Amino acid sequence: MIRVVLPAHLRKLAQVGGELQLEVEGPPTQRSVLDALEASYPMLRGTIRDHVSKERRPFIRFFACEQDLSHDPPDTPLPEAVAKGAEPLLVVGAVAGG
Amino acid sequence: MSGVRVLVGTRKGAFVLTADAKRKGWSVDGPHFGGWEVYHVKGSPADPNRIYASQSTGWHGQVIQRSNDGGKTWETLDNKFLYEGEPGTHKWYDGTPRPFEFKRVWHLEPSLTDPDTVYAGVEDAAIFLTSDGGHNWKELPGLRRHKTAPDWQPGAGGMCLHTIILDPSNPQRIFAAISAAGAFRSDDAGKTWRPINHGLRSEGIPDPDAEVGHCVHRIAMHPSRPNVLFMQKHWDVMRSDDAGDSWREISGNLPSDFGFPIDINPQEPDTIYVVPIKSDTEHYPPEGKLRVYRSRNGGNEWEALTRGLPQSDCYLNVLRDAMAVDALNPGGVYFGTSGGQVYASADAGDSWAPIVRDLPAVLSVEVQTLQ
Repeated sequence: MIRVVLPAHLRKLAQVGGELQLEVEGPPTQRSVLDALEASYPMLRGTIRDHVSKERRPFIRFFACEQDLSHDPPDTPLPEAVAKGAEPLLVVGAVAGG
Repeated sequence: MSGVRVLVGTRKGAFVLTADAKRKGWSVDGPHFGGWEVYHVKGSPADPNRIYASQSTGWHGQVIQRSNDGGKTWETLDNKFLYEGEPGTHKWYDGTPRPFEFKRVWHLEPSLTDPDTVYAGVEDAAIFLTSDGGHNWKELPGLRRHKTAPDWQPGAGGMCLHTIILDPSNPQRIFAAISAAGAFRSDDAGKTWRPINHGLRSEGIPDPDAEVGHCVHRIAMHPSRPNVLFMQKHWDVMRSDDAGDSWREISGNLPSDFGFPIDINPQEPDTIYVVPIKSDTEHYPPEGKLRVYRSRNGGNEWEALTRGLPQSDCYLNVLRDAMAVDALNPGGVYFGTSGGQVYASADAGDSWAPIVRDLPAVLSVEVQTLQ
């Protein structure tokens, strides 16, 4: 079970309270977790990554285990603690705007 | 019992303001989609409880929402706005070619007859259509592929398609306007388009009479006279009596040649409203006085409407989609400001009072007349 924490705007859009839990087959990666997230919550499509290119939106970051994973290739395995459910994958809205 | 529902889009969410036909004792519901920019909220003429909203942020991009109960609850719809085929290029501010890239939906125009059919005007300029209530959007690519498109340049707010008008007498005819390309008309339901800018004059472009390149801010049409169009342009207020084939200036005694919204009183096809703004650089009312100007004879002769509006130290703006007129008699006129006020007049503009004073900056105002 993979744990995912969404930023406030997306929690509201997906109508979820706190942390999400997702079933992901095989070793979890950014891509496989986001695929599972969008399959369960289709209203999130296009709000984290591009519909077609699947590139991360510019003001979105991915953190886990006190590391910034945003620039990792999308098929890089996520840290073991995330894979085991000990730590969540954090989807973060960059500190910007007004 | 009849009443009105005012749909307000702001920089930080949407608000639904309702009142009975006296248009007093308003109730305010919102914010919906708090924290998101809501460029436009508009109801279906065929089913007033069906409302569509465009919400976006820099973080998460575009989301489209739909309500089936008059704005009480909302459902998230498809947000995949993909240009058909090659996006092509338009001209960037420095004159270099730049690929069309979807940024946001500026304007939603529901069909006059079918609640599931909606047109969307987007930045970078293109028009999209849904026929299934917003579950799938498909571009009508003829406009973006027009031979003049490589020469289109963005206005200061981006290259937005901000105005879509459907002709009630001819389902094949659609008008659209783009900042800063100009006005366009389709006579085949959006397959092909032609510029309709003859008679427009813009001092800020190399050829003031060019076929395209005019910064049209807003166009309005009265449903009883679909060949008569009124336009607020970056410079001047204009009128066409031949569905845009030619335009003439009707600015008359207006105190400035600039402004964003223009609208028509449904009860009086020759009664039009504008909000003059000082110049194209300062973007606030002349002399610090917030005045709506009304013409009751189709232009050229304008009267300032000031009762209830601030007449000193007022330096806000009223954006292109932020004015609407209801269909009651006398007509109710509504506009929202960059300062977060929504003003209403229940007497066709003679007197005004704020419905709300402290919303986020208002981006759009629409009104539904409910029976």
